[in-house]
Amino acid sequence: MSIRKVIERLLFLVVVIWTASTITFFIPRISKRNPIRERFGQLARTGGFSPDELEIIIESYSQKFGLDKPLWEQYADYIGGIARLDLGVSLYQYPKTVLELIQEAIPWTLGLLVVSTILSFIIGNSLGAVAAWPRAPRWLRSIATPFILFMGVPPVLLAVFLLFFVAFRLKALPLGGAYSIGVIPDQSLEFYLDVLRHQLLPALALIFGTVGGWVLSMRGMGVTIQGEDYVLFAEHKGLSGFTIFRDYYLRNALLPQVTGFALALGNMVTSGIVIEQLFGLPGIGTVLYNAIKANDYLVIYGVVLFITIAIATLMVMVELLYPLIDPRIRE
Amino acid sequence: MEPVLRINNLQVTYYTDAGRARALDGVSLTLNAGEKLGLVGESGSGKSTMALAMMHMIKPPGRIEEGQVIVGDTDLTTLTKEEMLKARLEKITYIPQGAMNSLNPVMRIGAQMVDAIKAHYKSPSKAEMAEMSMDSLESVDLDRSVFKMYPHELSGGMKQRVCIAIGILLKPQVIIADEPTSALDVVTQRQVMETIDRVQETLGAAIILIGHDMGLMAQFVDKVAVMYTGRLMELSTVREMFTNPQHPYAQALISSLPSLDNKGVFQGIPGLAPALLRLPSGCAFHPRCQHTTEICTTMLPRLEQMEGGRMVACHLYTEQV
Repeated sequence: MSIRKVIERLLFLVVVIWTASTITFFIPRISKRNPIRERFGQLARTGGFSPDELEIIIESYSQKFGLDKPLWEQYADYIGGIARLDLGVSLYQYPKTVLELIQEAIPWTLGLLVVSTILSFIIGNSLGAVAAWPRAPRWLRSIATPFILFMGVPPVLLAVFLLFFVAFRLKALPLGGAYSIGVIPDQSLEFYLDVLRHQLLPALALIFGTVGGWVLSMRGMGVTIQGEDYVLFAEHKGLSGFTIFRDYYLRNALLPQVTGFALALGNMVTSGIVIEQLFGLPGIGTVLYNAIKANDYLVIYGVVLFITIAIATLMVMVELLYPLIDPRIRE
Repeated sequence: MEPVLRINNLQVTYYTDAGRARALDGVSLTLNAGEKLGLVGESGSGKSTMALAMMHMIKPPGRIEEGQVIVGDTDLTTLTKEEMLKARLEKITYIPQGAMNSLNPVMRIGAQMVDAIKAHYKSPSKAEMAEMSMDSLESVDLDRSVFKMYPHELSGGMKQRVCIAIGILLKPQVIIADEPTSALDVVTQRQVMETIDRVQETLGAAIILIGHDMGLMAQFVDKVAVMYTGRLMELSTVREMFTNPQHPYAQALISSLPSLDNKGVFQGIPGLAPALLRLPSGCAFHPRCQHTTEICTTMLPRLEQMEGGRMVACHLYTEQV
């Protein structure tokens, strides 16, 4: 792929981010709700300011957040802020910045969602590839079948089942939380194992809920590929079954699956937000959930923008990596 | 001259839910080094089954029931699975109809040649394998740089040449070419056939050319075998086949070739080729034959040698003998 193409893609990414941030900027302005007024109104009801004081406070805070400026100036500030990675300040956890909140949450989300998506991709595609390979042993080919059954069940429902049976009834794994209560996070192996135990159920729910899709699509691809002339000709060349499986069959069947992987990461975010909430994990999903509950606008917009940027970046990355696995689109 | 290929009474059956289909029924052939045989017949007559059976690539529900495929002095049907893998490309090779799809789109041509060499020889050096591959590419009139290219960077004719280059990589004694020129334009067809002709001569290999293109056959092969419902109907030299075919099916096949004399008139063979699951009794061709007699409906004609060494399976001639 030429440098030009890479630059083109990166410029496109910038445009996507700009569009997303513009939309996140204007939507709250359409609603006419004033987060500062709402916040201090709430405080006033519980704390008891006089209305005059309230107006003064709101005005000074509006000034502080730049809400008294004309719209275009606010917009310029906002875009400038994004360029400097400044997403603003949480209204409820003041003076924590939105970026800080995201930074704290991101390892948990990355750990769970990305690892689950990758595992699901590997398991599903291996099973699907083997299921479609006529020379694989029968028992190996049939392993894939039960996973297809889980395909229709949303990960959230699976999570509830797992929570009830494995954690609540059998007490085999913890019911929730990122790590055991009372444990202080450090770099010890013990701590990591504890974290792993807590991540197991949510990960299982996400993996089981998505593996069937990979199995089905890969098996479909596999059936098509094994009928291709080049697979037959590979056999005529006297290659071993394993070489044909790896270089001729799997390599080609995987191509469309890689595109699917980028899309799956996007879908995973949707499932992940609810799953994180269900298991009480302090990830991005939980940050977003709490922000919505508390009307913490800047955090909501920050997280939404962050997710948009993350997915758009992943897509561009897959697009840039794709020529490495398929020479036909290198030009 | 010592024959390089002897096929004795080769039988292939497909076991289907609807019954047993005998796709190849007692085919016997002998080919000398340097000889070119054309294998013709309608679709489903067993041409490709024969190629697959010779490569030992009949897959379930198909099975080679009996018969031998002897290349040099090795009977391929007695080889183990591993030995047969080695025999492919080394003793007997198959050149597919490769213009469109026979090369792996995500591997360089070189890699697709090197993996074939690796499967046959113990640890040759990278340089040796590359050298062998590039020599092979050169021998089919391709540039050595093709080694580093991907299939999508080649034209149809070049891809077909690459398939030939892979086929002759390990200098086999027998080459099966399955419609190597279909999907190519006529100019390229000619070039490809000339290439096959030349590499065959250099190797001194016997070649079996499978195809429908009678014009191509007439120009290229020495002998023609006509197949029908998995059996050999006639086997004779190309000149005899085109000027004086003996078997009524061969006659019908030759006369259905279009010619300039009766332009616009198409002669076909009445009826359709029978399904292998419901073969007519006796000679399988008798329902479509103009010369059917009593015996044709009851008794299977054997492939008999006639004067001049040609072989025909028809009661018309056995009765006279």
